[in-house]
Amino acid sequence: MELLVSSAIGLLTAGGVFLLLRARSFEVVLGLTLLSYAVNLFIFVMGRLAIDKVPLLREGVAPSLANHADPLPQALVLTAIVISFAMTAVLLVLALRSHAEYGSDHVDGAEPPAPEPRRRNP
Amino acid sequence: MNVAAPVAIAFLAGLLLLALPNRARNLAAIVAGLATLAAAASLWSVSGAVFAGEVVEVSWAWLPFPGADLGFRVDGLALVFGLLVTGIGALVILYARYYLAEDEPVARFHALFMLFMGSMLGVVLAGNLLLLVVFWELTSLASFLLIGYWQKRADARQGARMALTVTGTGGLCLLAGVLLLGRMAGSFDLDVVLVSGDAIRAHPLYLPMLVLVLVGAFTKSAQFPFHFWLPHAMAAPTPVSAYLHSATMVKAGVFLLARLHPALSGTDEWFYIVTLTGLATLLVGAYVAIFQHDLKGLLAYSTISHLGLITLLFGLDSPLATVAGVFHILNHATFKASLFMAAGIIDHESGSRDMRRLNGLWKLMPVTGALAIVASAAMASVPLLNGFLSKEMFFAETLRIESHGLMGILVPAVATLAAAFSVAYSVRFIHDVFWNGEPRDLPRKPHDPPFWMLMPAGVLVLICLLVGILPEQFVRAILEVAARPVTGDRLPEFSLAIWHGLNLPLAMSALGLAAGASLYFSLQRLINLHDIVHLPRGGKEIFDALLGAVLAGARRCTAAVANGSLQRYLAFTLVAAILAAGWPLLTQGLSTGAAPATPVTPLALLLWALAALGAGGVVVLRHHRFVALLFLGLTGLVVSLAFALLSAPDLALTQLLVEVASVLLMMLALYWLPARSRSEVGLAVYWRDATIAGVAGLGMAALTYAVLTRPADGRLAGWLLANAVPGAAGQNAVNVILVDFRAFDTLGEIAVMGLAGLIVAALLADFHADSGTARPRGDRTASLILATAGPVLLPLAVVIAIWFFLRGHNAPGGGFIAGLVLALGLMVPYIGRGNAWMSARLRSDFQLWIGWGLAIAGLTGIGSFVPGFPFLTSAYLAPALPIVGKISIATAMFFDLGVFLVVTGATMVALTAIGRVGATQATAGAAR
Repeated sequence: MELLVSSAIGLLTAGGVFLLLRARSFEVVLGLTLLSYAVNLFIFVMGRLAIDKVPLLREGVAPSLANHADPLPQALVLTAIVISFAMTAVLLVLALRSHAEYGSDHVDGAEPPAPEPRRRNP
Repeated sequence: MNVAAPVAIAFLAGLLLLALPNRARNLAAIVAGLATLAAAASLWSVSGAVFAGEVVEVSWAWLPFPGADLGFRVDGLALVFGLLVTGIGALVILYARYYLAEDEPVARFHALFMLFMGSMLGVVLAGNLLLLVVFWELTSLASFLLIGYWQKRADARQGARMALTVTGTGGLCLLAGVLLLGRMAGSFDLDVVLVSGDAIRAHPLYLPMLVLVLVGAFTKSAQFPFHFWLPHAMAAPTPVSAYLHSATMVKAGVFLLARLHPALSGTDEWFYIVTLTGLATLLVGAYVAIFQHDLKGLLAYSTISHLGLITLLFGLDSPLATVAGVFHILNHATFKASLFMAAGIIDHESGSRDMRRLNGLWKLMPVTGALAIVASAAMASVPLLNGFLSKEMFFAETLRIESHGLMGILVPAVATLAAAFSVAYSVRFIHDVFWNGEPRDLPRKPHDPPFWMLMPAGVLVLICLLVGILPEQFVRAILEVAARPVTGDRLPEFSLAIWHGLNLPLAMSALGLAAGASLYFSLQRLINLHDIVHLPRGGKEIFDALLGAVLAGARRCTAAVANGSLQRYLAFTLVAAILAAGWPLLTQGLSTGAAPATPVTPLALLLWALAALGAGGVVVLRHHRFVALLFLGLTGLVVSLAFALLSAPDLALTQLLVEVASVLLMMLALYWLPARSRSEVGLAVYWRDATIAGVAGLGMAALTYAVLTRPADGRLAGWLLANAVPGAAGQNAVNVILVDFRAFDTLGEIAVMGLAGLIVAALLADFHADSGTARPRGDRTASLILATAGPVLLPLAVVIAIWFFLRGHNAPGGGFIAGLVLALGLMVPYIGRGNAWMSARLRSDFQLWIGWGLAIAGLTGIGSFVPGFPFLTSAYLAPALPIVGKISIATAMFFDLGVFLVVTGATMVALTAIGRVGATQATAGAAR
């Protein structure tokens, strides 16, 4: 299970980073979202993997790590999820405005110079 | 009297002067003069104790580690130097009153002057090395402003910049040196440093520290090869030169040599570096001074030469040489300040400082001439003047060098040669200006200035004479008290007599006088100094070339790194992050722990496969944006399920809701963005990015795996779980952390969320999508299902939101989740029926929700002040309600209400703002 989780986080990170490095704003937003999945999962599993140990306290069950998952990373990640949503919104709006004002959705606000056409062999 | 007072008085006077109108020349001079006298008086008030051998100190705790207090101390050296700084300061202020023209910003001049004086007094009185460096840098800054006082003149700006660059660089070296020094001595406290000489000299880092400190001192004191800035600083008004370049600024360097003499000197390194630097400076300065045509240029090179002499004396490292060094500091300050004043008077009265035009002034300004002649004679060390006495001591000491091989011959020989040069330029100063023919087309016909302008120079010349004729009576006590701390309390016996009998030093003096005078007159006769056009050069050109090279290099670096491409910046940032995180992995290898593995379930395998499919789909199909978005949604759902599987129901709910909201948002945004990405060029770029991404992914996976295979430290988690019910009356530990234990964090986070919502609204408020960039909207008929279901779903969503909200403290739910549920419930009819339908029915301004939410959350926190608890302490009671069950009414619930309002508000603001763009555009289209 540990290997599965680690490799999934690695995959999400790789996909996110690759998309972050793209030139089109929408792809960057996609990349950032993927990366935030990865990072949120990463922080979450810092409390280790726990199955069927929800951090809801019940009477008769000792309130300890033996019966419950670590609640702290969960609390941190809960707000992180909501905030990454807010940041996605900001980024999207920036992308939108930059596209409308520059006429290009390139992250630098301008289309790169066109590559030189390849010369055919004579 | 508090010994920090002189510094404080000077700075306060500077502030007061800044407030005066610039034209108040009399008032400004009076304020500056009185403050200077007050500073001098406050220093004088401790003189009794200091002369009795005490060190008067005061200090306040400053930085939180030992030996770094904000301390001031007055010993003999500091007292005499401080009185020199204030005494000559007072005279220069009086002189400046008559020198500066009426239409110049006089108050600003005096304000800067006092700033400089305060900094200089700080350097002198600092009881702590760090404090000394701070004041040291302040003198550099203040001198920059003073040299550049005539801002309109290019040479003034250039000279100021050069002085700041050179002395500022030296100041940085000094800081580095002082940090090393403080480590070696174990304290930055001067009292400790001065008695730790043995430990410092034995330290392995002694040489680097010494070089750094000396670079600081040498740049400040214009020692070869850093001397070139001083002649360019002559663009300053003459009162500034008279003060900074005779008695203070440039003296700070030799003061530092004197100050740290007990701690640093006594080694071969010190002897060779300091002596040879001083020797070279002495000779070069004196030689170049002969060929200057500018009066102040001559004085500047002469100053360089005399500073070299003082440095040389400190380098010789014998107690008597040290006394001579201190003595020459005082003598040089008096005669050089009066000479600068005389040069300023001549310039002021005649309109020129060029010795090729200024000739035969003796008949026109005899009083000025007489003062200048006496001061020049002191500069040339003619007997019966103060310069002669310290020069005699200097010659005697150069002859006493032992056990350094050739140095015993080289130093006295060069000293005599330099003495001849110094006589030559002194004679030139007098002969060329006051005789040597008639004035040549001067702008004005000069005459002696008013008495009060002559008075300061007169006072200084009088001191030269008194000290020169009656040294025992006038200067012995002062010299003794000043030199004692420099020699490390081993003050030698010394004699200040004018006549020591016929001995070798006297012969060297006589030889210097005779050779210098004949050198000048033969030069005038043979090649006529006035005809020399090409002045010696080198320093400035090298400086300019170096500076140009540094700037060009910086520009190339910037152009190479910061080319304006955000893509490249992001790549750099990511690579840097990967390197920083990967370094331990590479150097220490991946080690795993021994925690028991969690068994793999089929569901987990399925989720893994789906996550891989989702992420892969987004990456591969990114050009087809809509499809990529669907894959992104899939990935989000898998993440949400992973949370559910791994015992985090709150996270699963939040992720699910946020997923829906963000996919909605992106779809709305996609409407205004191109549907497909143009494919990019350059396979190399793909491979580069794929490599970065691959390494990042591998690194994250390795890092996660390394953590997951180690057992957890459960102390914090255990405490949180154990205290959730007794401490916060909540069974949902996650919610308890959010609204109670770590509520302050949450407050910050909802503030960020609210701000993000406002940013979105602000960015889109005046935004009208250009119809050219948007695709045609097509038929506005929305989904029939959504249009019908929306109004039905909305009340349901409200109820579910309330339910989630109320039970949040004990079961999955809470403000964040309830807020998202409500926002999504509101969005369904919004999308189904359109913006116009919705805004006709729902007149709520969601931006206000954000404000109210933050206010309620904040006020809940403040409420706990009333019974006297810290911010955000919660109180609770737990009634049982019908249907909902037992709930806890904690004040934390009001806080959660704030969270709820902010989350709903911000989500709705973001969604509706993007939705409204379409509406505005549609309206604009309809109007057309």
